[in-house]
Amino acid sequence: MTTTSPNTPLVVESSPPPIAQSGPVAWLRKHLFNTWYNTLLTVILAVVMLLAVWGIFNWAFRLAEWAVVPNNLALFMSGLYPAAQRSRIWAMLGVNVAMAGVTWGLLARNQAQLFGRSILIGVGILCAGLIIFPLTRPSAVALIGMVVLTLACAWGGKALGQRKLNLTQFLSAAWFLVYSISLLILAGGDIRNSLLFLVATIVLSIWLASIVFNVLTKFSVVDAISGNTVGIWAMRVLWFGGSLALFLPVYGFLNVPLPLKIVTMVTYIAFVSLLVPILADRRTLTTFVVAASMFGLGCFLITVVADLIGGTLGLQAIGTNNWGGLTLTLFLAITGIALCFPIGVLMALGRRSNLPIIKGLSIAYIELIRGVPLISILFMGQVMIPLFLPEGVRPDNIVRAIVGLTLFSSAYLAENVRAGLQAIPRGQSEAAASLGLNNPLTLSLIVLPQALKTAIPAIVGQFISLFQDTTLLGIVGLVELLGISNSILANPKYLGDYSEAYLFIAMLYWFFCYAMSLGSRRIELALNTER
Amino acid sequence: MTQTDMTMTNQSNGQSNGNVGSEAVIVAKDVEKWYDNGFNVLKGVSLDVYKGEVVVVMGPSGSGKSTFIRTFNALEPYQKGKITIDGIEISHDLKNIEEVRREVGMVFQQFNLFPHLTVLQNVTLAPIWVRKQKKREAEEIAMQLLERVGILAQANKFPGQMSGGQQQRVAIARSLAMQPKIMLFDEPTSALDPEMVREVLDVMRGLADSGMTMVCVTHEVGFAREVADRVVLMDEGLLVEENTPDEFFNNPQEDRSKKFLSQIL
Repeated sequence: MTTTSPNTPLVVESSPPPIAQSGPVAWLRKHLFNTWYNTLLTVILAVVMLLAVWGIFNWAFRLAEWAVVPNNLALFMSGLYPAAQRSRIWAMLGVNVAMAGVTWGLLARNQAQLFGRSILIGVGILCAGLIIFPLTRPSAVALIGMVVLTLACAWGGKALGQRKLNLTQFLSAAWFLVYSISLLILAGGDIRNSLLFLVATIVLSIWLASIVFNVLTKFSVVDAISGNTVGIWAMRVLWFGGSLALFLPVYGFLNVPLPLKIVTMVTYIAFVSLLVPILADRRTLTTFVVAASMFGLGCFLITVVADLIGGTLGLQAIGTNNWGGLTLTLFLAITGIALCFPIGVLMALGRRSNLPIIKGLSIAYIELIRGVPLISILFMGQVMIPLFLPEGVRPDNIVRAIVGLTLFSSAYLAENVRAGLQAIPRGQSEAAASLGLNNPLTLSLIVLPQALKTAIPAIVGQFISLFQDTTLLGIVGLVELLGISNSILANPKYLGDYSEAYLFIAMLYWFFCYAMSLGSRRIELALNTER
Repeated sequence: MTQTDMTMTNQSNGQSNGNVGSEAVIVAKDVEKWYDNGFNVLKGVSLDVYKGEVVVVMGPSGSGKSTFIRTFNALEPYQKGKITIDGIEISHDLKNIEEVRREVGMVFQQFNLFPHLTVLQNVTLAPIWVRKQKKREAEEIAMQLLERVGILAQANKFPGQMSGGQQQRVAIARSLAMQPKIMLFDEPTSALDPEMVREVLDVMRGLADSGMTMVCVTHEVGFAREVADRVVLMDEGLLVEENTPDEFFNNPQEDRSKKFLSQIL
């Protein structure tokens, strides 16, 4: 009972919500059979759906000739990659899957239970599917091995993350390393020269960077310049973009002659040695120096050891014309996504800049690219990129394709990011300004994180469409997943098996796109600060 | 009443209050501003604010009072006149503007907390990135400030999870973390539900008692009467009257002031 006195307000007991009619019968009655015309519609639609399902099952289990998939599984996955070297594809997959597991474990280090019930059920279904499903049966054992590897690495990653809490900040660098290693495994070739070249570049640039940094500190220029810190974001873009620009030619991935390689190296050294000390605060620079030196040292030791043993280090070189299938599709998509994101962000910022030249150039770039279909950009890439390069330099077909994809997607991405920037109220930057934050700091700490968060659905949508746009590259001569399917179907043995092959690759595309979409929803949920 | 007379009365009033020094920390002289569309929003406003003084700026909406105090930390550029903050004259030089902003804290009507950061991160952000404080040191100071404004228990919440009054108190703590010499309040209670106005005014009162130099645009007459050393009335881009709170509310000198007071009281 509630006490009522003149001073204390009456405590009103809240009543429980009215009991809803529950149970499947009540649900059916409410939603499907509530009126006579709904009942009629339900019956008609049920008949149509039953017929459709019956048709699909009849086709899938009785008429379809699925043999085209398991017989050509290796072709679907890796195209014309030499059969004797296919273990390298598995090795590459293993490295990536292990890293994915470690990432999962590290990010979930604070969760009580790493493998909750829903995850265990999912893994169970996946393994059972791999055993039962006939299409992937040739590799079922290896694929289940990959699942086990992921789980093991996730467990290890969690244990590691709980012991050392600050490991997550090295995740992006680690993924970059995994990307490079994958490329190395895929392309092969004697890596000694590449590695020495790489080590020399990194060591030289860091050495110069620290000298410049020290000089600037001594004359207290750093304090003056550090007012222009663009912070972590610039560092990531810089580190990623700059390193990628370096790594691609280093792996002999571009057919560039030595002079151009030297030019690239000098540019990179200048880039790192001048920009890093200006942009980075001391802490970031230290991390950068330590990480890069360790990597460089590791590469150097591997090379030296290989020389001492007297063997040739490296795998058989496999040219890009032998890359294909899902491997190539994923390589193109991942590289395109990684490259178009920073470019898109920069273009979006450029379009909002107060400087007329930068603003004009950004608008021109965005509007020009958006006004041209992707396929014509890809064709232009084939014809026009060589025109801008010195005589005799013909970039690899794959590089030209990536350039085309990246240019195209970054224009769209720029508009998505701009929409996010537009959504941030002016009061945010005013508050930051009143606290004494300068423009670059306001941008990188206050405006961009919020804008990118707002734009996640649109950005991921762009990534998904980039992934699907890789199918257009079949037209310019790359045998990616769709291209290799067409080649397989040209084999008289599998004449007419169109539906089976296309349905199989459709499932693959769906799997990766849905994974991206799922991932983006998880990120949005994690970043939601309203609840 | 001439300008010099007024200044003298203010000074004497201030000294009797005990907190107010004789050193002017804000000197605004004949500040004029036009918007891009040619509207003359400030038509030559002058105001001196002394160390430790609490000045309340009142006036009808559209009178330019918010614009005026926003010129003190260079959020609004002005075209004519001269503003000196603690000896630094505001110019168009970026370096100079940053220097001024480090000395001047500001609290906004819409709080403008950073929604993607926790309360603690909101408060420590500027000290870490602008004052280059160590993270742990900044957090210690932030916790003391949050305790002072009564938000300590919510330090790890996000702004979106708090009430308006709590958010505004965090905003005050965030400004104080930069150890400003002057605090500007731009209608800090106007966006709040009535029952939350008091918790914010209490914090501001405490701040005034601690000797902070404050310029507040507010419609809170009670606060102005109790806490202000001086009340200023602005209308149509001009400074109409400058007076002690007692005189201003009980015996206004100008007709415009009488009319304004009859509308709000």
